[in-house]
Amino acid sequence: MKNVYLDNNSTTPVLPEVRDAMLPFLGENFGNPSCLHDWGEAPREALETAREQVGDLISAPPEEIIFTGSGTESNNFAVKGIAWANQKKGKHIVVSAVEHFSVLNSVKSLEKMGFTYTVVPVDNNAVIDPEKVRQAIREDTILVSVMHANSEVGSIEPIKEIAKLTKEKGLIFHTDAVATAGVIPVDVKELGVDALSLAGNMFYGPKGAAALWLRKGIRIMPLLDGGVQEGGRRAGTENVAGIVGLGKAAELAKAQMLQRNEYLTKLRNRLIKELPAKIDHVVVTGHPQNRLPGHASFCVEFIEGESMLMMLSMKGVAVTSGSACTSRSLLASHVLLAMGLSHEIAQGSLLFGLGLDNKEEDIDYVLTELPPIVERLRQMSPLYSKYLKSKGG
Amino acid sequence: MPVYSDKVMDHFMNPRNVGEIEDADGIGEEGNPVCGDMMTFYIKVKDDRLEDVKYKTFGCGAAIAVSSMVSELAKGKTLDEAMKITPESVVTELDGLPKIKHHCSNLGAQALHKAIEMYREKQKAGGK
Repeated sequence: MKNVYLDNNSTTPVLPEVRDAMLPFLGENFGNPSCLHDWGEAPREALETAREQVGDLISAPPEEIIFTGSGTESNNFAVKGIAWANQKKGKHIVVSAVEHFSVLNSVKSLEKMGFTYTVVPVDNNAVIDPEKVRQAIREDTILVSVMHANSEVGSIEPIKEIAKLTKEKGLIFHTDAVATAGVIPVDVKELGVDALSLAGNMFYGPKGAAALWLRKGIRIMPLLDGGVQEGGRRAGTENVAGIVGLGKAAELAKAQMLQRNEYLTKLRNRLIKELPAKIDHVVVTGHPQNRLPGHASFCVEFIEGESMLMMLSMKGVAVTSGSACTSRSLLASHVLLAMGLSHEIAQGSLLFGLGLDNKEEDIDYVLTELPPIVERLRQMSPLYSKYLKSKGG
Repeated sequence: MPVYSDKVMDHFMNPRNVGEIEDADGIGEEGNPVCGDMMTFYIKVKDDRLEDVKYKTFGCGAAIAVSSMVSELAKGKTLDEAMKITPESVVTELDGLPKIKHHCSNLGAQALHKAIEMYREKQKAGGK
């Protein structure tokens, strides 16, 4: 059977070069980088090399990179840590409706500690209007957190424009760039943000290694107290092998970005153009052009995402969905609902994350295998027969 | 897809008795698209027995397998016997369902019962 991995939005594979760079740190270079003896030296140097590589990826000075354990941790750290450290200036935070749960649930937690927050709505493409951010800002606002791109629908957000606003008002601006760092060009100076989250497993690095970039001078309170690793901002013995992998992945991403994206955009455009041509009643979700290069997302009407996902899986194709049945919370994707899609349509969500391993023939395969699956599920669907009857069929 | 039992996968990939009955004696609908699962059952009754059972299902793998299993369990049974099919017995017959799927996706028995109740109402009202 074919094996077609199209779920690179969930995680990318680890590149062989990345794995090779990591292996010595799971072998002879096992030492703790905090130790002054010889065993600590190679890991310590490797951490600093990785810091330079990650800094280089986003055009930030290496000393402003804080390594963490996941994109989720980076987001929690940024939102909670900055809110805690700056609460004398105010206790209000602005976020968008389509943020990752690690941001949305962080502000919910902060609410229990006496903070308040405003959620900025998005348009039909999940894009935020900077003007709406301006309207949400209050006297006591201290922090704005808006993601660079949404991993569920691929849309890229107007970060630069929002940054102009936050600068004008003297606010701290954090962006969750987990979906973009290592994927599209990210330059913290050009974006104008103050803090940025990234994660290695979105660009062919290992899981468990991520980072928060924090502009010098921005105050933050650590989530983890302990030793003085990461300048005292993130205590705990470092995941050396993972961080080395993150660094290597960052270096490769920067070097190969243009050619990777040229390739992925071509595959993506085919899928976005040809799938709706082959299947009726398919909605492309997210911005049609201004989106992540390998990202194609759809809602297939009258049927539900998990059953499509399972049938595709039986054909060797790995994808994901934002339907209620697919999520462990049994709720349809908050992103799709925030875009104004009905529950009924959101249930038919299907999400393709194309990666470097994918070939044109993988797209051909999906375009061949998916239509009969959709047809089969529609034949079973009461919503589809209602639709046909309403049409007078 | 290791979250589902072989039996669930079999009923999902090869669902039995899918369809609608044109002149059904009873129709029962359960669920809604908000929770993600929706089932419509159609029954044909002869001599107090379910001569035919068909359904249409919008939903996940579990919802489709549940509908298929309910139709198979119900076909040929007397109405009283069919009313005794419970969501729990459907789970058992399917060799289990993930806990999270017990509520939303396991609506087949209720939809079938609604169809039977509709038929009985019609009988009482002096219908056909």
